[in-house]
Amino acid sequence: MPQWIRACATDDIDEEDLIRFDHAGATYAIYHSPEGDFFATAGLCTHENVHLCDGLVMGHLIECPKHNGQFDYRTGEARRTPVCVNLRTFPVKVEGGDVYIEVP
Amino acid sequence: MAKRDYSLLGSDGARAVETGLAAAEWYHTDVPRKVMKELMQRSDQPAIRDTIILYGCMIAFAAGGIALWGSWWCVPFWAAYGVLYGSASDSRWHECGHGTAFKTPWMNNAVYEIASFMIMRNSATWRWSHARHHTDTYIVGRDPEIAIMRPPAFVKLIGAFFGIPDVIAFFPRMIQNALSGPTAEERTFVPQSEWAKVQRVAILYTAIYAATLATAVWMGSILPLMVIGLPRMYGAWHHIMTGLLQHGGLADNVIDHRLNSRTVYMNPISRFIYWNMNYHVEHHMFPMVPYHALPRLHETIKHDLPAPNRSIAEAFAEMWPALRRQLAYEDYFLRRDLPPTAKPYREDFHRAALGDLPDALPAE
Ligand code: FES
Repeated sequence: MPQWIRACATDDIDEEDLIRFDHAGATYAIYHSPEGDFFATAGLCTHENVHLCDGLVMGHLIECPKHNGQFDYRTGEARRTPVCVNLRTFPVKVEGGDVYIEVP
Repeated sequence: MAKRDYSLLGSDGARAVETGLAAAEWYHTDVPRKVMKELMQRSDQPAIRDTIILYGCMIAFAAGGIALWGSWWCVPFWAAYGVLYGSASDSRWHECGHGTAFKTPWMNNAVYEIASFMIMRNSATWRWSHARHHTDTYIVGRDPEIAIMRPPAFVKLIGAFFGIPDVIAFFPRMIQNALSGPTAEERTFVPQSEWAKVQRVAILYTAIYAATLATAVWMGSILPLMVIGLPRMYGAWHHIMTGLLQHGGLADNVIDHRLNSRTVYMNPISRFIYWNMNYHVEHHMFPMVPYHALPRLHETIKHDLPAPNRSIAEAFAEMWPALRRQLAYEDYFLRRDLPPTAKPYREDFHRAALGDLPDALPAE
């Protein structure tokens, strides 16, 4: 049953940055886009299970810290080798200054 | 330890996967996120400047070499052209392969493709081999880019200064790739979706070399080969000199880059040719940081790293005797002291992964 979980406060993440969020044995990445929107993806790179939270957000791309693979964090689309498999994304909502993600 | 098996299809590689030494979590110096974000920022400006200087100098030196062809005055021009072609292309291949040199992706890709051709590496294959080098740096049987295997093959190493083993390996592989795509070993690290690209790139390279050779035959002169192909040999020495220092004589099968990589202070010309990869511990620990920010990264984390070598000569003086000792005893490696401000090496972790006893890895 999918459920909404509070991940963080909106001001926990700088604009054009991300943080790691762990819940129920799974790890997620929560993004704050340059336009002020929030997004959520799986927390590990699809190439080699590296945490994306140490990577670099450039516009709408997250670059993995290990081999510089890139994803569009809004859609999860793999955008630069060596990543070939898309990243899973999760619905996000903002309520009362908090960011919620819908987890399965 | 038994003899090392460097084959990617061999027993050491399989053991590294079984024990968790492959694709392990490596040691990182703590750097505040704010500082790291600032260090990771991309910019086109430094790489555009350096690329204009590089290609501008190459054109000027080649023009001088061609104009003075037939007299001894052409020698310094070809020597300079050769180093830019046969050595600077290595660092451009490297940085643009990481995608960090320029901010703009097409610029990275364009310089990467040109550099791959000059350094004689199939641009589609080597992108993947280098990813593996970063995942499993100097893990025997996993890392396809181990420059100095143990025991060191000195004749091959010296030949490498003239590009001999690389060129000998490159052409048959290029033909093989052009005819049938990646080899069985290459297929262990190149995903299947890229196999056709490996073949296309090899066909293109074959066509360019065939055209160059045909032009040389038609002219009855090696001059075309002085411009394309041969500089990979007569100009290779600088990238071999700097490249051997990256990991030579240091530990293998560890998961702390401070134990297996070397930072060396170098003169500005070598740093231009090498694009700051002399900060090699820093680069491996944080491959997201572009070459132009590596000196700043070095200042940020040097308290946690072994002292850098003060010069290329000093680094060779450290490495060469260690390589000679590895001839007799291949488990030998240099273990540099950490400053008191550093976190200690976590050798227990990789030793446990290897199943070695604590005193099984003698070092100095
Ligand atoms: S682990 Fe993310 S690109 Fe390789």
